Amino acid sequence: MRFQQLLQMRRYASATLRRSVTATTPTPATTTTTTTVRTMAGSGAAIPELTQITDNVQRGNYAELNDKDVAHFEKLLGKNHVLTEDLEGYNICFLKRIRGNSKLVLKPGNTEEVAAILRHCNERKLAVVPQGGNTGLVGGSVPICDEIVLSLQRLNKVLSVDEVTGIAVVESGCILENFDQRAREVGLTVPLDLGAKASCHIGGNVSTNAGGVRVVRYGNLHGSVLGVEAVLANGQVLDLMSNFKKDNTGYHMKHLFIGSEGTLGVITKLSMLCPHTSKSVNVAFIGLNSFDDVLKTFVSAKRNLGEILSSCELIDERALNTALEQFKFLNAPISGYPFYMLIETSGSNGDHDEEKINQFIGDGMEKGEILDGTVTGDPGKVQEIWKIREMVPLGLIEKSFCFKYDISLPLRDFYSIVDVMRERCGPLATVVCGYGHLGDSNLHLNVSCEEFNDAIYKKVEPFVYEYTSKLKGSISAEHGIGFLKKDYLHYSKDPVAINWMRDMKKMLDPNGILNPYKVLN
Amino acid sequence: MARVLVGVKRVIDYAVKVRVKPDKTGVVTQGVKHSMNPFDEIAVEEAVKLKEKKLAGEVIAVSVGPAQSQEVIRTALAMGADRGVHVEIPAAEYELLQPIHVSKILAKLALEEKADLVILGKQAIDDDANQTAQMTAAALDWPQGTFCNKIEKTDAGLTITREIDGGLETIKTKTPAVLSADLRLNTPRYATLPNIMKAKKKPLKKVTAKDLGVDTSPRIEIVSVEDPPVRQAGAAVADVDALVAKLKAGGHA
Repeated sequence: MRFQQLLQMRRYASATLRRSVTATTPTPATTTTTTTVRTMAGSGAAIPELTQITDNVQRGNYAELNDKDVAHFEKLLGKNHVLTEDLEGYNICFLKRIRGNSKLVLKPGNTEEVAAILRHCNERKLAVVPQGGNTGLVGGSVPICDEIVLSLQRLNKVLSVDEVTGIAVVESGCILENFDQRAREVGLTVPLDLGAKASCHIGGNVSTNAGGVRVVRYGNLHGSVLGVEAVLANGQVLDLMSNFKKDNTGYHMKHLFIGSEGTLGVITKLSMLCPHTSKSVNVAFIGLNSFDDVLKTFVSAKRNLGEILSSCELIDERALNTALEQFKFLNAPISGYPFYMLIETSGSNGDHDEEKINQFIGDGMEKGEILDGTVTGDPGKVQEIWKIREMVPLGLIEKSFCFKYDISLPLRDFYSIVDVMRERCGPLATVVCGYGHLGDSNLHLNVSCEEFNDAIYKKVEPFVYEYTSKLKGSISAEHGIGFLKKDYLHYSKDPVAINWMRDMKKMLDPNGILNPYKVLN
Repeated sequence: MARVLVGVKRVIDYAVKVRVKPDKTGVVTQGVKHSMNPFDEIAVEEAVKLKEKKLAGEVIAVSVGPAQSQEVIRTALAMGADRGVHVEIPAAEYELLQPIHVSKILAKLALEEKADLVILGKQAIDDDANQTAQMTAAALDWPQGTFCNKIEKTDAGLTITREIDGGLETIKTKTPAVLSADLRLNTPRYATLPNIMKAKKKPLKKVTAKDLGVDTSPRIEIVSVEDPPVRQAGAAVADVDALVAKLKAGGHA
């Protein structure tokens, strides 16, 4: 028997019997993962009240869906791909913070069908929300009122992977992990990796310009995405596909669709530059005594590991302990330190890499900055250690409500907000912790409480945005603005820029049917 | 205090997808990540725990295999074993080395090192043979406790809880004995940085099978190694009746 199966058995045996456990097993169940993860997200929380009521949202001036529309879509897509019942999974966001009231989910199977849907919606002035794996954290992929959900899950094919150029062409509804597996078959890897990889869609990743744990090495998606095909609100197909790294013909319009969160168009296809898989991957999980030592170790990692550094993550004690409490199958290599770092190297020569990482660790231990930890190049162990980092965000929402912030802060002030916030919230919060992508100056600040309540909400917001703005940070490093942060956009963008965003939106989507109530208020 | 001998085998890492060589003589090992057999990790962990509880005085990690086997001995040393013995088998001969050979080597070493306990993984995840512990016990004519779920020291010897089909079995045995570790015996620790450093200085002795007087000449010939059959694609059926009809047609009724 493969050891992995046995390991899973042990996990089942040691974890209490919760449905959520299935989502933590490494088997990528392509068709069911979205629902499993969803179960997991709020297995503790009840179904939330409609967002239109809780957030007092005024419905836009859109037409009401009628039977004729539904019949039209059924004719267009076939009955099986038009859903009017059991839509909860499409209406509720991953965090169970947002609940829309959509009555219709459409699942087109190709670009032409997406175009035909949007053409109809534009003519009828029906609002639409494009949805991928629904793993977003800012309510960008769920309806707010009664928008039609346009699910891209059937556009799930990897169209080509070119071993020579490293360029892959993929449909937008392809699950990130499946895409990566296909790339790996020819020795390439998708330059994007994040905890939700088994559920999230590559199109959603690009639409939100998702970051993840490899940005420190491969940069963000504006660099790796070479081209996109997007359907505009009026149903026009905009072909911005490119098979070259260099293409300076005209305006670089593809960038408009990277990070615009489905408000300017629906991405249906994209081409991505995939680097070669590294032959040697090593991971160190280390414990440190202070944030000052964390910074010193980060500088040392850049100096000593330079070109092979592929991830540099921070986890604080509270974040780690919460995950360990919730998920008993996790096995932490060390305990009892206020800060932990996960440092990964990816290179082409195992011996060289090992020498570099040993040098780096030796230096850190000699100086007393690195206190303890482990280092491994065994693929199984590497996965186990990454699992710890990936389960951290889930630990916080397993049995409680969690305010999640995703901010860019200058490294010197990177962690201070966690302590400040802990003081502000006092006993209102159960856990206030920080973790994130230190290598990209990107902190995930989390404040969890038993259930959502106004008292703590007012303590946390808008304080967190004001604080970030004062430090000239970004209020959204990688999650996007979505619904939850649109009122705070001005903390990170100046009024002139916001006005131009409005003008662009008006030009591309004059009826405002694409993902309304998001990004701009 | 007791001396414990643990066996550690170097195998293809469990997270790596195993590929069959195109000429079907074996599986691809060149450039493939290897690590310690996970069941052997459990055995090492148990031996180190015995030492921490002062029930064992010394833990010796043994690996039988080509030069790279020393890597897994170093891992065992970093986990807390005291010293290592590498029984070198040239890579060319290693492919035909079988549990019968390894058990004779381990038996010889157990006597030479005056071990009171031999703990092995219940099986290796590469050949899945599940024979070495049993044959080592036979070669030594010692009692055996296989598929250990729990090992407890008593005045008379050991009380062992074994994993058996549908439950657990408790047996008592005297020492010296040979034990094999099952999955739930413990959760192996990670080798921590200070211990990885210390492990580099721990003694590692190299011997050959010949030194031990064990004949390792091959007893088998590999005829062909093949991939398991690919799973057939599933099909959707219209309704329950169609499903029942299909099942009947497939002989499942």
